[in-house]
Amino acid sequence: MMAQVLSVLVWALLLSGAFFLVTGALGMVRLPDVFTRMHAAGMADTMGAGLILVGLCVHSGVNLVTLRLLLVLAFLWFTSPIATHALAKAALSGGAEPYTLAGGDEGERGTEAEGGGMS
Amino acid sequence: MNRVLWLWGILFALWLPLSDHYEPLFLFFGVLTCTIAVFVGARMGIVDRESVPVQLVWRGALYLPWLVWEIFKSNVRVARIILTPRLRVDPSIVHFRASQLTDLGRFIYANSITLTPGTVTTGIVGDDFEVHAIVQEEIDGSEENEMNRRVVVLEGEGA
Amino acid sequence: MFAVTAAALLVAMCLAMCRALLGPTAYDRVLALNNIGTMTVVLIAVLGFLNGRPDFLDLALAYALINFIGTIAVLKYIEYGDLGTSGGPRRRNASRR
Repeated sequence: MMAQVLSVLVWALLLSGAFFLVTGALGMVRLPDVFTRMHAAGMADTMGAGLILVGLCVHSGVNLVTLRLLLVLAFLWFTSPIATHALAKAALSGGAEPYTLAGGDEGERGTEAEGGGMS
Repeated sequence: MNRVLWLWGILFALWLPLSDHYEPLFLFFGVLTCTIAVFVGARMGIVDRESVPVQLVWRGALYLPWLVWEIFKSNVRVARIILTPRLRVDPSIVHFRASQLTDLGRFIYANSITLTPGTVTTGIVGDDFEVHAIVQEEIDGSEENEMNRRVVVLEGEGA
Repeated sequence: MFAVTAAALLVAMCLAMCRALLGPTAYDRVLALNNIGTMTVVLIAVLGFLNGRPDFLDLALAYALINFIGTIAVLKYIEYGDLGTSGGPRRRNASRR
């Protein structure tokens, strides 16, 4: 009984984590410029990786493997905002123009339109 | 001095399960490694309130669950934006005033903002935070004020 | 179930790789590579469980750190043109806003 509950929980965590990862990657392709894509990447970094690693933790029980998984998670959650912030700052000072609704067509995918043309 | 001992303990507690060897020789190597690392850190003068913030551990344990829940909520929000067939992004750059007293508090606040998807801290000048938001209306300030307040509580009495 | 997760990770990595190849600016590519690195960390962990050998987690740990340092190094290189420059306050672009 307990094992089944745990198994269902692991399934749910892994699948929802995978959902957030794929959604984040989809956002990387769909969103119009580098600043909005950062939010999608942040999504994959936080909930995508987090839910999958916590799911693996639940699967492995309490042992050294769990500790390592939690360490990986802690490193990811500590380093990802710093990398994102460094990227945002570098992009701003490097002349990338943030996409705004007024500046472009709404809903335009803009693989080429943004950044390349304006920077 | 107290912090140096704390750092040594944390490093050794990290080293021990990661190596997973408990023979005397390997324990000796672990002690040696941690001592050298802490010695170099102390000589550089970087073992202080900011780099070893052990004063934050208990209040941080209270802050973390709230932060995770907040991250989950904004993840769902951004996922909905991405999965909507017609993209409804309205990105803009807004400014906040942070009320933390120490640099460490501001660092935690800025990283918390960046860690929640939908908002990214792009610049900090003094207590003025420049934040890029994916949808402008989402940032009405109430949630950021709540986070600001909680980080001030986490920070404690300040410097 | 680990196989399903690994497959989803590979799909997500392919999508991010599309962005790395298409990305109009260098920052898009760095962002996509950072994202791929994060997914690689998770993929290593999942593969360890898939093969029943969670020892791979040490690799994931090291890869997480290398990924972070690599991203910062590439950003610094893009911004300053070399890695030897010390940090310090950056010149903000006046024509921005």
